[in-house]
Amino acid sequence: MAATLPPPRLLPSGDSAVTVEFSRTIDDDANQRVLALDKALAASPIDGITETVPTYRSLLVHYDPGRIDFDALGERILPIATRPLPPATKARRWRIPVAYGGEHGIDLEDVAKALNTTPDDIIARHAGGDYKVAMIGFTPGWSYLSGLDKSLHMSRRQSPRLLTPAGTISIGGIQAGIQCLAAPSGWHLLGRTPVRTYQLHRNPTFLTEPGDRVTFFAIDHKTFEEMDRAAEAGEIVAEQVTA
Amino acid sequence: MSRLVVASIGPASSVQDGGRHGAQRYGLTVSGAMDRLSLAAANTLVGNEPLAAAVEIGPFGATFTARDGAVRVAIAGAPRNADVAGRPVAMGTSVTLKDGETLTLGFARGGAFTYLAIEGGIKGEPVFGSLAVNARAGLGSPYPRPLQAGDEFTVDAASGAPELRIELPKPATGPIRVLLGPQDDEFDDANKALFLGSEWKISATSDRMGYRLEGPAIKHLHGHNIVSDGTVNGSIQVPGNGSPIALMMDRGTSGGYPKIATVITADVGRLAQTSAGTGFRFKQISMAEAQDEARKFAQLIRSLPDRLRSSDTVELNIEALSDANVAGYAVSAVDAGTWQVTAEP
Repeated sequence: MAATLPPPRLLPSGDSAVTVEFSRTIDDDANQRVLALDKALAASPIDGITETVPTYRSLLVHYDPGRIDFDALGERILPIATRPLPPATKARRWRIPVAYGGEHGIDLEDVAKALNTTPDDIIARHAGGDYKVAMIGFTPGWSYLSGLDKSLHMSRRQSPRLLTPAGTISIGGIQAGIQCLAAPSGWHLLGRTPVRTYQLHRNPTFLTEPGDRVTFFAIDHKTFEEMDRAAEAGEIVAEQVTA
Repeated sequence: MSRLVVASIGPASSVQDGGRHGAQRYGLTVSGAMDRLSLAAANTLVGNEPLAAAVEIGPFGATFTARDGAVRVAIAGAPRNADVAGRPVAMGTSVTLKDGETLTLGFARGGAFTYLAIEGGIKGEPVFGSLAVNARAGLGSPYPRPLQAGDEFTVDAASGAPELRIELPKPATGPIRVLLGPQDDEFDDANKALFLGSEWKISATSDRMGYRLEGPAIKHLHGHNIVSDGTVNGSIQVPGNGSPIALMMDRGTSGGYPKIATVITADVGRLAQTSAGTGFRFKQISMAEAQDEARKFAQLIRSLPDRLRSSDTVELNIEALSDANVAGYAVSAVDAGTWQVTAEP
């Protein structure tokens, strides 16, 4: 029998949700366990669970206390959460086009200066990365990516911007992101993608799922305009690479 | 079909229902009514499902006019003056507007949100099962934004059913009850005691996303940056300046500040209805108590149809009188059947 993994902490988030916490820090192993638990609960649902929300290091499990109480739910979750991870399956991979710099990436030059290099080098390092969607949150489709090149780790802006454009591709701390809707942000804006990770009347409404792999490729600003029009009309415009 | 026209309305008023569930994993905010019990009471009065979509009216006044036929509505929630063509309308009752008549609602007197339910419900196109307005994401139907003067709803013609009132149990008073966590270990005992022992006021800059709490600064043990994790309605997070924010229905689905405590489900609506500037306290309770309260709250919403009464029966109802007194209304025993009306100043 395979050894079990250390148990996560079960932290009450009020009377109708529990945070199943695998780590206090951003940690790829913890994120894999979060996604594995999420998948396991989707495959064999526990009666009373109403919704699950995966994040970097914990799975928030919403439940109905009229159907299952905190202790009983914990007893059901722990054996699943301590199971050895199943063998990795081939993840879906997206190639996301990005128009870097200029009006679309107003922080590109400053980031290059701060890191003593050229904007082209920043683009190469960012686009050359192999990322994973660790979680989606804050606003619809906002995909938080792990896997940012260490040389691009830098603290967030001192003063967050109150509004940053839809489709913004940015970095903040050790994270990279794909933002879908216009929103406030304290991250550094490197470019914009025409890809909508969330589009209401498109099938699928949400493009990315936690666990998906992501790479970027540079497009010129004219191509951005063309792809943006196609995306507005409902095309996905990201390339899906089937493993 | 009739129409209900929004003749005038203040800010922070929008169509809300039980909320948009199932897509928080994609960052989609739940939204929904700030005070579920009042939403459910208003809907029940006109025969709708308890968490059907209704108009959530913010602290300012509003007027609604029936066109192309009669419209039957009900109001519940924060008390305010209300009348139809000079006839007073009590909170927690239904009323039928004849073609051309206007329902006039004054400012909220205590609390913030009053719900206007329309017989037959609000017609719209649900997204993820909800008509609730989420202005940031451009969601909500028939208007994906707060309501404005001139907006209108296409509604069922009034059924002519007799008007009803609803008898709600004595409104809870006392502290807002919380469970500590999920990140109470990011605070030392002194700061947890400060949080639980202090008087708080809701800042005027609060909105449907969050209620900012004014009081002493709460200090973190290890700084205010944690790795973002999931939030719930009633999560109380403490940002860097130490002023807690209770996350409400339009909260982000994840947040990166430590959450010291969580308001219990049964008290989220009470917190939502606490007026800015009014002092209140929190009280820690156990998980067993909180879950018991959550089950009772769900049962109360299910029981609302049993609490409907004919609005013209005049009976001396001691419970209603005592409820009314607790709620702060002036009541007269002589006017037991219509106490809610006489409560209007």
